[in-house]
Amino acid sequence: MNANALALNLAPLLDTRGVCKSFRKPDGDELVVLENVNLTLRPGEIVGLLGRSGSGKSTLLRLIAGLDSPSSGVVDYQGAPVAGPARGIAMVFQSFALFPWLTVLENVQLGLEALRLSEAEIRKRSLQAIDLIGLDGFESAYPRELSGGMRQRVGFARALVVHPSILLMDEPFSALDVLTAETLRSDFLDLWGEGQLPIRSVLLVTHNIEEAVQMCDRLLIFSTHPGRVVSEIPVDLPHPRSPADPRFRALVERVYVEMTARPRGEPRTGPKSERFAGTGIGTVLIHVSSNLLQGLIEAVYAPPYNGKADLPAIAAELQLEVDELFPAADALQMLRFAEVEGGDIRLTEAGLAFARSETDERKHLFARHLLTYVPLAAHVRRVLDERSSHIAPKSRFFDELEDYMAEETAEQTLRTIISWGRYAEAFAYDDQRQVFSLENPA
Amino acid sequence: MRFQLPISVLRTRYVPGRWDVIAFILVFAFFAYLGDVAHGLTGSLAHLEAQPISLDPRYLPDYAAQTALRMLVAMVASLVFTFTYATLAAKSQRAATVLVPLLDILQSVPILGFSITIVFFLALTPGRVAGAEMAAIFLVFTSQAWNMAFSFYHSLRSIPDELDECARAFHLGPWMRFWRLEVPFAMPALISNMMMSMSGGWFFVVAAEAISVGHTTVTLPGVGSYIALAIRERSLAAIGWAIAAMFVVILIYDQILFRPLTASADWFRQEQEAGLTPSRSWALTMMRRSRLLSFGRAAFGSMIQLGFNRGPVRTPRPAGARGFAASPLLGNVAWYSVVAAIVALAVWRIGRFVLLHIPLAEVGHVVGLGFLTLIRVTVLIALASVIWVPIGVYIGVRPRLARTAQPIAQFLAAFPVNLLFPIVVSAIVVLKLDPNIWLSPLMILGTQWYILFNVIVGASSLSADLKYASANLGVRGWLWWRRIALPAVFPFYVTGAITASGGSWNASIVAEVADWGSRHLTAAGLGAYIADATSAGDFPRTVLGIAIMALFVVVLNRLFWRPLYARAERKFRVS
Repeated sequence: MNANALALNLAPLLDTRGVCKSFRKPDGDELVVLENVNLTLRPGEIVGLLGRSGSGKSTLLRLIAGLDSPSSGVVDYQGAPVAGPARGIAMVFQSFALFPWLTVLENVQLGLEALRLSEAEIRKRSLQAIDLIGLDGFESAYPRELSGGMRQRVGFARALVVHPSILLMDEPFSALDVLTAETLRSDFLDLWGEGQLPIRSVLLVTHNIEEAVQMCDRLLIFSTHPGRVVSEIPVDLPHPRSPADPRFRALVERVYVEMTARPRGEPRTGPKSERFAGTGIGTVLIHVSSNLLQGLIEAVYAPPYNGKADLPAIAAELQLEVDELFPAADALQMLRFAEVEGGDIRLTEAGLAFARSETDERKHLFARHLLTYVPLAAHVRRVLDERSSHIAPKSRFFDELEDYMAEETAEQTLRTIISWGRYAEAFAYDDQRQVFSLENPA
Repeated sequence: MRFQLPISVLRTRYVPGRWDVIAFILVFAFFAYLGDVAHGLTGSLAHLEAQPISLDPRYLPDYAAQTALRMLVAMVASLVFTFTYATLAAKSQRAATVLVPLLDILQSVPILGFSITIVFFLALTPGRVAGAEMAAIFLVFTSQAWNMAFSFYHSLRSIPDELDECARAFHLGPWMRFWRLEVPFAMPALISNMMMSMSGGWFFVVAAEAISVGHTTVTLPGVGSYIALAIRERSLAAIGWAIAAMFVVILIYDQILFRPLTASADWFRQEQEAGLTPSRSWALTMMRRSRLLSFGRAAFGSMIQLGFNRGPVRTPRPAGARGFAASPLLGNVAWYSVVAAIVALAVWRIGRFVLLHIPLAEVGHVVGLGFLTLIRVTVLIALASVIWVPIGVYIGVRPRLARTAQPIAQFLAAFPVNLLFPIVVSAIVVLKLDPNIWLSPLMILGTQWYILFNVIVGASSLSADLKYASANLGVRGWLWWRRIALPAVFPFYVTGAITASGGSWNASIVAEVADWGSRHLTAAGLGAYIADATSAGDFPRTVLGIAIMALFVVVLNRLFWRPLYARAERKFRVS
């Protein structure tokens, strides 16, 4: 695209410099979500932000939209710092965020009414946008009468109608089924390619790697805890891009490699389970069900992979989004059932043994690994063993975890350890009384 | 500024339709009636006394209309109160620290307790009807406003993040945000609370129209005072007429106000489930189809929209700059010191006022009376639960039956139980029963329905899959009740029981004392204490009784209902 070449010579539309965002934890400590994020958005480009869940990419989007302000650093839009929701920056939401009591037309008009335009102008522009985005005939429908795809079209029309310079998209296709998402994506790319959209550039947050490669001119990979840009990958394939194209596949593979790479500054040797050096029990555990873990081990063990699989391939086969696949792969790595590197997953000896075993044996193996390699599980077990009653309240561990992480994360981590502990029969948990114990119901 | 031109001007071919005719008649009949009432308001109290209430049923339609209008004015006042008070509480954290607990207390104060304000209103317009009308409307208002304000406050606090972000990202100003986001979002919950409030209002309208505090007695023409007179004259026929009149008014309210509101709330509903057919209402159809009324709607709409178009486009502040964290420490210190000072002053004043006139021993006695009433409420709630939970479940799992039964239960809740007093009281007198026991059921007559219809809702929310699964596993009999039905309705039951319990405390003031002609029956209890003190014009005792009752209700809510509710929410809610 010509615009791409031109873009490099133009002044940036958006510029973030050293943006940090942290939240205060209940004990007064800071929890850093975004660290030193530098990002430039030039006219004519679509930039993708890729990262796992919890990497703060949605938070960054909200800072840019002016919905929240950074703890330090600056967000410049057209040369002036963003303070409050900026005109010229519009947003498309993952959950559509339509007002259910307004019709399609009223939803689209909303942003224009807020800008106090004349009624004739509002009507003209709204109908134009509705027409452009393919919502003709649905003007008087209420959101609940529409399918997910049509709802998101309303979301797009509502954002485009205010003629923004920058369109922010927060996982806009992730709540849609695969086919609908594909249609909506290519419709959007067509309009963008034909220059029919009023917008000058797009910032897309996603965890779908194929989607990012298909849509973006540039990809920024985010790390987790704290969120930082760890690498930048230019995508210079011509449109329309076909996922079957070997160059497309190669790029997808490259993104997988980048996303499974060790964070910089970490030792290249030694066990990888202590991703967050020195935190021990404070390791954040993303909830992955034991069913998914078993399924992943079995899939990697089975032919044609025979113990070693390419992540993009296994993701496609199991129909897993990366926000499910990566946490599962991480969990297996932490439990020493698998190693993840260079976009591949390889079962360890223990992982192979697990795959070959029957239910009871699997549980024993899982329990051994859980209590050996997951410090929090070992800690819970130790506390229960030491107490004569063999009972400990959940709040005890919750308070400990809160020293390391935010409330919700602590809740999730505990949920994970409960679920794994139950599967391993390492300890029991009574949700009604909110206590851990060693007794399993007979 | 532009005004919306009437459609009859804009459209060349304007043919009035069927709905227009109905709307025309209704609207102008209402206006004519309003003019009539306004004329009566300026009259003097002496004039009112010259025209005593008559038990002749011919006057009843007029009385009923006046009562209905009072209820309507009170409802509008409650709405205005809700929109301002709750909004203030939700937007300002400082204000919330005072307004929210205050609302909790106001909600727990027995409605009749507010009758001490009557003197104030009468003094406002000496010798005029207007003051008495205001007093009556204020009493009805106090039975309606608090739960509405609470509901609105909770809705404002629970606006979904993405809608809030969307409103900010698209630069909605406060006025536009209020009408486009906050009010529609809060509407469904607010409407069901309005319906409950209306029921509460009916219950107390009898007391509100026949005002008597100490030596001051004012009787406003209305159904309430008609009933009061019928009770004094022991006219069962008149009571029958009053019941019929009330039935008609409640029915009209249901059809003209609440049916259309609930039907339109289905459009406001936040969940965007497909295949959900909204409920229907002929009145809503009329409002939608009649061009005359849509002109009215358009006028209201453009009035609100004028607010959208005023002033420059405002850029809302980012979230980080709002709230407590950003407000200076000094401001907080000043604010809380002022609040503390006012509270201390109030406590001192009330304490002095009460203790100056009442010996300390009596305070203990009143607390004892409170426990008597507590026993009554507890036993009655337990009894009502034993009766209504099985019936509610039975109805709820049969969808067709539930659709018929639910409006009936709602209607029964609105039915003023005072109308049954004559029957109960004459039965007690004739059969020589102990009023301490037999007056008690009156407390729960009006409020038991909350238990019933909440249980119906709970049982009908039991998914078809669960029903099939339990049938498939052969779960039936007691096992079915224990494992499936009761756990499924439990959270709903708790909600209903909380409402019923609060309502019963309130009703105790009316129920522990009953008159039938010259017969005066009293049951020992806090309600009777307050009722007696009020009719004797004994302010210190009234204040003491009310304070103790409010205390009982708040403590009970905090120590018993809240934990139970939290537990029900956590354990039994599916998903």
